[in-house]
Amino acid sequence: MYHCPALLPWRQVGDAIGFLRWHFFTQLRFHSPLVCPLWSNLRWQVCSGDFMDTPKGAALIDILSRHRDTLLTDWLNQHLSIALRRGLTTEAEMREQFRSFLNVFTDALQRGDILDASRPEWEPVRAFLADMSSHRARQGFTPVETATFVFSLKQPLYARLRAELGDNPAVLAEVSWNVNLLLDALGLYTTEVFQRSRESIIARQQEELLELSTPVVQLWEGVLALPLIGTLDSARTQVVMESLLQKIVETGAGIAIIDITGVPTVDTLVAQHLLKTVAAARLMGADCIISGIRPQIAQTIVHLGVDLTNVTTKSTLADAFIVALQRTGSSISTPSAAA
Amino acid sequence: MMHIGDVTETLAAEVGLRSDEEIVRLRQIVRDHAIAQGFSLVDQTKFVTAASELARNTLQYGGGGDARLSKLTNGVRVGLRLLFVDQGPGIADIERALRDGFTSGGGLGLGLGGAKRLCDEFAIQSEPGKGTTVSITKWKLR
Amino acid sequence: MERIPILRMGNCLIVAIQVDMHDRLAIALQDDLTGRIVKDKAKGVLIDISALDVVDSFIGRMISNTAAMATVLDAETVVVGMQPSVAITLVELGLTLNGVSTALNVEKGMALLQKRRR
Repeated sequence: MYHCPALLPWRQVGDAIGFLRWHFFTQLRFHSPLVCPLWSNLRWQVCSGDFMDTPKGAALIDILSRHRDTLLTDWLNQHLSIALRRGLTTEAEMREQFRSFLNVFTDALQRGDILDASRPEWEPVRAFLADMSSHRARQGFTPVETATFVFSLKQPLYARLRAELGDNPAVLAEVSWNVNLLLDALGLYTTEVFQRSRESIIARQQEELLELSTPVVQLWEGVLALPLIGTLDSARTQVVMESLLQKIVETGAGIAIIDITGVPTVDTLVAQHLLKTVAAARLMGADCIISGIRPQIAQTIVHLGVDLTNVTTKSTLADAFIVALQRTGSSISTPSAAA
Repeated sequence: MMHIGDVTETLAAEVGLRSDEEIVRLRQIVRDHAIAQGFSLVDQTKFVTAASELARNTLQYGGGGDARLSKLTNGVRVGLRLLFVDQGPGIADIERALRDGFTSGGGLGLGLGGAKRLCDEFAIQSEPGKGTTVSITKWKLR
Repeated sequence: MERIPILRMGNCLIVAIQVDMHDRLAIALQDDLTGRIVKDKAKGVLIDISALDVVDSFIGRMISNTAAMATVLDAETVVVGMQPSVAITLVELGLTLNGVSTALNVEKGMALLQKRRR
């Protein structure tokens, strides 16, 4: 029976190809009299019930145990020349990797007769592949190369299977098909692991970028300024909001100036976030002034219908600073030049 | 059974909501689990506040009920889901209840809309005479 | 049931909410405060919520109601020490605490009360 674990979208592409292969395969098995002579057909019809009852992996385990070394050599040889040419690893290391995989693979087969890579019995194999996938990524192998590592086991395995089960085409077909499904799933898994690790690296870098680009400065006693630069997206604006409010508590500043001179465009979402920041600061007992509103942004704000009636706005940071000083009870005086 | 790409849900706590003190207890349990799942402080507060709102609803309008907290995993994402169940009178007009809230000068005071805004996912099922079930979910970002 | 202690400083009452209050405790505090405003002829009430990491609609309404009652009794109310995550959550919730003055800490809160009374 065709088993399909829930897949991530791009895995479905691989699986679609697998389905086409299954379809072709089954047609061949059922409709090719040359491959299945009559008495074999009858035998299959009589024995298929028996076969379904015996452990599917039994034939496979048998082959893997008896022919492990030749399998290993055949499999390894496919890759040696290419890998060594790229100079990314040594033969000894590769041999060790391949051997370890075969061991852990055989172990999992012996543990249960379920050839389903998403089951818990296959956890050691998945763990090994996840480990190997990150190791190879660091070495410089592409994810395709790592997946091919798994897929390429098929050929030496099929060769062995044909040699051992050649006289029983039905069993050969069944076992080959199961091997096929299994190695497909495992190969695709390595690529999934690779993708996930890339995604977490990107996420981490984004976080670091966010931290770097949201500085809150103290302009004066009780006056903070937050000069925003660059485009504001939802995530960034939220981080900015939180760090400003935190700084307000830490410094006890009564006024925060949010300067958006360096922000090219303000859309509804950003405007809402800004307003929420102002509201939150007010709830805490501090006031906000928004400065650096360029004519285009002023137009956008009015067009969007954003309500700024309760918010003090100034066109420049300097103007905002003077207002802030007034509110905190200070002012700037220039000593008159001595005559 | 675990599938790659699916959401796995594991029950983490079950709290009865039949008194004021149990609402407080639920807040603390939810806070502890939110911290354990690695939620940011703001996300913790949002989720706990939403839980508090819905727990109070269950107690005051639902005649008491239960809350079930589950841990979620979806690949590398983790999250929390809270389910509030009561056998109370139910809500006749859910649409209106979601729109109303304490912002409209008291209203029904259900705080459903507020709880919805604070969370990533929100689902409600209610029928007059058949009780109410509300579910809120929050995922850990990044 | 335990009650939240109310301190007196001059003609101001100070309350520091240090526990996660259940609803009945919040109502009791509201009652106690209004009682004390009358009894002590207080002109100012300072509510310190710096220890609260959750303020939901019930507590929010309790605070608003207390401030409204205090105003009727000719006293000002200031709420101090709101945590940033609480403020962000209240804004998202849509709770504005209208009619309630706020300040960043006890010092500023007291200064505000003194200023208003002059």
